[in-house]
Amino acid sequence: MEAAGARVSREVAVLGVGMHPWGKWGRNFVEYGVHAARAALKDAGIPWGDVQFISGAATMRCGYPGYVAGATFAQALGWQGAQVNTSYAACASGSQALAAARAQILSGGCDVALVVGADTTPKGFLAPMAGYRPDDPDWVRFHLGITNPTYFALYARRRMDLYGATLDDFTAVKVKNAAHGAANPNARYRKRFTAEEVLASAMVADPLRLLHVCATSDGGAALVLSSLEYARRRGGSVARIAAISTVTPRFASNEVEMPDIATDSAAAAASHSFRASIAARAYEEAGLGPKDLSLAEVYDLAAPMELDWYEYVGLCEQGGAEALLRSGATRIGGRIPVNASGGLASFGEAVPAQALAQVCELVWQLRGAAGERQVRNAKVGITANQGLFGHGSAVIVKT
Amino acid sequence: MNSRTRVAAIEGWYTLDDPPHLLGSRCGGCGTYFFPRLSTFCRNPACEGTAFEDVELSRTGRIWSYTNACYQPPPPYVAADPFVPFAIAAVELAAERMIVLGQVIAGVDVAQLKVGMPVELVLETLYSEGATDKVVWKWKPQVPA
Repeated sequence: MEAAGARVSREVAVLGVGMHPWGKWGRNFVEYGVHAARAALKDAGIPWGDVQFISGAATMRCGYPGYVAGATFAQALGWQGAQVNTSYAACASGSQALAAARAQILSGGCDVALVVGADTTPKGFLAPMAGYRPDDPDWVRFHLGITNPTYFALYARRRMDLYGATLDDFTAVKVKNAAHGAANPNARYRKRFTAEEVLASAMVADPLRLLHVCATSDGGAALVLSSLEYARRRGGSVARIAAISTVTPRFASNEVEMPDIATDSAAAAASHSFRASIAARAYEEAGLGPKDLSLAEVYDLAAPMELDWYEYVGLCEQGGAEALLRSGATRIGGRIPVNASGGLASFGEAVPAQALAQVCELVWQLRGAAGERQVRNAKVGITANQGLFGHGSAVIVKT
Repeated sequence: MNSRTRVAAIEGWYTLDDPPHLLGSRCGGCGTYFFPRLSTFCRNPACEGTAFEDVELSRTGRIWSYTNACYQPPPPYVAADPFVPFAIAAVELAAERMIVLGQVIAGVDVAQLKVGMPVELVLETLYSEGATDKVVWKWKPQVPA
């Protein structure tokens, strides 16, 4: 299927980016969002009063203000009459908030938009609502003792049996990302973990140790977008968003994914890989491919999943991720650095902020402003993430 | 004499027969299987089916992948005291072309499992309440590793 409007430029400019450092601060999520928003506005050199559209990524963990995050951030920044949107799409919430802002700009509804996502997370396992609720797959799987790390471990074990992945490979991903994150002032964990430390952490779900699995974090991220015309009038060079993919899966999806007990049945329909389709749609829209990439930010909810993403975003063929990792290509200084920010390994997941944080990293890299973790000559980057209930997204940013 | 009562931990998802089966649905229009059961609208975008028959799913399959739970999961999991780790498998059913997750029977750990290994469906106690055993489907290796 041809991407709708693929021949027309759908690009928008990123004028500013900003974040609140990730951590377990325990403060109100609005504080992180406003901090990030003010940082992005300052980075853009644009006063809040000039923003015509504010797009918030919702959080489900912070009550009503979280459900209407766009308005919550607008009120905290000071009501000024901007049009407002809030998006919720699990891990892809930030990308959908971004897509709403882009649509508003491209349709001529505004010149300047602010996109904000922030979260405050509880401690421990994420668990479902109480009661006897067998109609909710999320309740059923927890009743059976199937937690989020279960799914991450199933993907990891399959790689070991099918492609010869080793525990050392998974550990090498964590060690690599920790080394990247050590140079990132916004990362929650700045420690350079050794393989010995990772392997010595407690087993959670075989083969995953605690330090292979990402934490849940507090944090906030924001971007200021504008039309290319508006950016041109201001002068200077800016990073551009070349594609935003927020596709749904296609039936029959072959993904074993949270929170489902069973996959779709492919008895009467062809089987499709959802995760591969997320990046494919972004490449199609941007008119670019994996060979054009300078770097990638992918969703390492657990370290082995970074290897799956090498394949889903097309950095190598299926079964080739271990060789790519071992070659050193995905380290900063390698051919195609992955998670130069430190990834979820160094950040922990702050759901509505995470997809935006990935885009912030690409923008800093493309500007050559990433400091010690700078990827040389970065021109094009892709983000990829995927979460509950058929949500996922990929964003391509280029110079 | 066994005075214990055996009931399903999750009602309507599987039979308590010997041998047991998972209970699914099959679309009368396109033949797609669903687990858990579906009785409303077929999810195949090429099918507008609204009529489903209840079917017993294949009770054997091959392991797609596997792991275990080393930490006690949070409620609604009902843990024994002390918590006993258990293995989990995702199993591919050939006829239905779907993958179904479940616990692996007690006493089998990941070292005895492998992708592609044939397994069969059995019932085992998930937890007990007094004299009542709440049973659930579990996967059992067909050939000892």
